[in-house]
Amino acid sequence: MAAYDVNGSAVEHDEEGYITNLSEWSKDLADVIAAAEEVNMTDEHWAVVNFLRDYYEEYQIAPAVRVLIKAIKKSLGPDVGNNKYMYELFPYGPAKQACKIAGLPKPTGCV
Amino acid sequence: MSEQVKKFLYVNRKAPYGTIYAQESLEVVLIGAAFDQDVSMAFLDDGVFQLTKGQDTKGIGLKNFSATFRALGDYEVTKLYVEKESLDERGLTLDDLQNIEYEDEDDDYAEKPSIRLVSRAEMADVMAEQDVVLSF
Repeated sequence: MAAYDVNGSAVEHDEEGYITNLSEWSKDLADVIAAAEEVNMTDEHWAVVNFLRDYYEEYQIAPAVRVLIKAIKKSLGPDVGNNKYMYELFPYGPAKQACKIAGLPKPTGCV
Repeated sequence: MSEQVKKFLYVNRKAPYGTIYAQESLEVVLIGAAFDQDVSMAFLDDGVFQLTKGQDTKGIGLKNFSATFRALGDYEVTKLYVEKESLDERGLTLDDLQNIEYEDEDDDYAEKPSIRLVSRAEMADVMAEQDVVLSF
């Protein structure tokens, strides 16, 4: 199985790049995954990633993209919580790509 | 949506763990909610145990998915019908169930309870008015 290299230690991921053991996540790992996804992590990226991790902690699911954007709009305001801006941050899909970087499973309802 | 909105009811009759039905049902509800249909859930027989608070799955090594019911409001699933007789028969009351709320967008985002206690007769009416009933 393929793995990310985080400062010399291997973190396994599935064929799509989602890590297999959720407890192995770290901020350093997030940077490694982001680099593999060609995403340059800014404060806004981190805000979304942290939001996803909090959501997962509370509800035990990764939210669908529609739910994510609505919730981000509520917590971070409409300048961040809109489709256009979220897709600028995560071009391959805010839920899919941000969940991968956040070390969460693929969002429910994503194929 | 050009197509007509249909009423979907997901009926849950089984305890949360031991079989995969409860978790699969919830998963299907979350996926189905993305299609702008009128989705509601019913809990009867041992299914009422799915909504109990204070679940702890450490001893059986399964994911405690009961927290996910509280996310249903985000998915606009706001009607969770619970049959009173099923609670009574198991020595449960509404106080034994999780507090599950949704924000009503048409009422200044007021938080309202999603759980609706219905009698067995009322549950039959709820089922009768659906377009699609899926049993888990």
